[in-house]
Amino acid sequence: MRRLRALLLLPILFLSIAAANPVLVPDVSQRKIDIVYSFTGAELLMFGAILYPGGRIPTEKADIVVVLRGPTQPLIVREKQKLGGLIWVNAESARFLSAPGYYAIASSRPLDELVDERTAAIYELGVKNLQLSPASSEQPETRRRFENGLIDLFSKSKLYDEQPGSVEISNGVLYRARLAIPARVPVGNYVTETFLIKEGRILAVASKEVQIDKSGFERFVAESARQYPLLYGLVAVLLSLLLGWGAAMAFRRI
Amino acid sequence: MDIYLPIANMSVNALVVILLGGGVGILSGMFGVGGGFLTTPLLILYGIPPTVAAASATTQVTGASVSGVLAHWQRDGVDVRMGALLVLGGMFGALAGAGVFSLLESAGQMDTIIAIMYVVLLGGIGGLMARDAWAAISAKKSGQPRVARKRRHHPLVANLPMRWRFYASGLYVSPLAPLALGFGVGVLTVLLGVGGGFILVPAMIYGLGMATRVVVGTSLFQILFVTAITTLVHALTTQAVDIVLAGLLLIGSVVGAQLGTRLASRLPADWLRLGLAAIILSLSLWLALGLGWRPSEIYTVQAL
Repeated sequence: MRRLRALLLLPILFLSIAAANPVLVPDVSQRKIDIVYSFTGAELLMFGAILYPGGRIPTEKADIVVVLRGPTQPLIVREKQKLGGLIWVNAESARFLSAPGYYAIASSRPLDELVDERTAAIYELGVKNLQLSPASSEQPETRRRFENGLIDLFSKSKLYDEQPGSVEISNGVLYRARLAIPARVPVGNYVTETFLIKEGRILAVASKEVQIDKSGFERFVAESARQYPLLYGLVAVLLSLLLGWGAAMAFRRI
Repeated sequence: MDIYLPIANMSVNALVVILLGGGVGILSGMFGVGGGFLTTPLLILYGIPPTVAAASATTQVTGASVSGVLAHWQRDGVDVRMGALLVLGGMFGALAGAGVFSLLESAGQMDTIIAIMYVVLLGGIGGLMARDAWAAISAKKSGQPRVARKRRHHPLVANLPMRWRFYASGLYVSPLAPLALGFGVGVLTVLLGVGGGFILVPAMIYGLGMATRVVVGTSLFQILFVTAITTLVHALTTQAVDIVLAGLLLIGSVVGAQLGTRLASRLPADWLRLGLAAIILSLSLWLALGLGWRPSEIYTVQAL
């Protein structure tokens, strides 16, 4: 059955290559990134090939944009204000329903040279074009202020990152880009997207999945804390009692 | 050497955390306090999320107080009856504290309230200690013996009904007083990640009027049990106890505590107390300034 479907798909693949639009064949250096005890961040190499119809590379080079996007999460952004001229406290807040926990974009040229604002907004290209789905019904300028606050905060911790000009394209067909993943990334399923862009038009899109998960001891601890909280708490108490008692005994000898 | 913390979701330098635990341990050995009041703010300063910092510091205080309890127990320095009442109060305090915790968390005022509480508590306690230590030092210098404060309990405590006898403490007071004190300290343990020794000891001496011989042992007894209960409460409610972080802190602090005890016996007690008062006061001042200064980040993000 599967082979049959593959056979049926084959002509379609050839047809699409034969058609006017080129095809992207993307890949990543790691399908699964494990967070182990020594994890201090990772680097993901995103690479692939541009297949032009008939293998003819056009004289005008196209551009490549790669995006790595983490799982989305609902979150609340709070803004500090000075209270009574004395202390800074959280005052106003705004909720966003689908802020990605990680977003990095790399391109072969600065984004504003590649696409117009409308296209960038449709494909969510660039940190400021992320669809954060604000939940509250505030004024657009208030919403914008909180969005900027959120983006600024995430950019500082390298969870949102823009790297214009960092995609290398060799011979017009092979591309590669490195994206840095900081130690604080959320775990979950990540999606990479590769865009082939020429004269402001997106010619081809391809995506690939990457999984980031805790593994080994880190996974064991995080799961125990969630699934057996009482046992986990007891072990923590026991550990502290034993270490405290052990040190007292050890030092008594000296 | 970097180590990834599975609950805090970040990587830290293990050596820095061990040294931090060690430094706090030395102080706790020297002054007989758990040191949670130093660990929590320092961890937050290092970038650990406040909830994880408070929860894991609690676990560390348990370990740091074990050897003290053992030592005081062996020389009959624990009033078990008083201690049990304090623990009972502390248990309810920890549960109430957990409720307050989640309330503040959802209102987004956790960090401000914690900072204000630290400023007030540390400022007050540090001020009292500094005055006391300075009076003792100047009395010694002038050669005049200090008039010993008459040991008696606070009128508020004396007026409570239903009195019990506490033989080890040399007291005849209502059990409601230690219950209430334990409750208050239990709330603070959950909120601030402190053992509460720096509140318990003065409250036992100046509030209850307990015999000084059993004050430190009984306070450590209460701290040991209430921090252990608080770790369980945190594990069940906030799920913010990072066992790796607590372990690293413990390795440093249990060794530091032993060193501190040894150091303390070679240094003059009054100057030591003045030193601790200076540390507490400067921490309080620094936190107070932090509240008034324009923060480097106006916005904060919290996952829902």
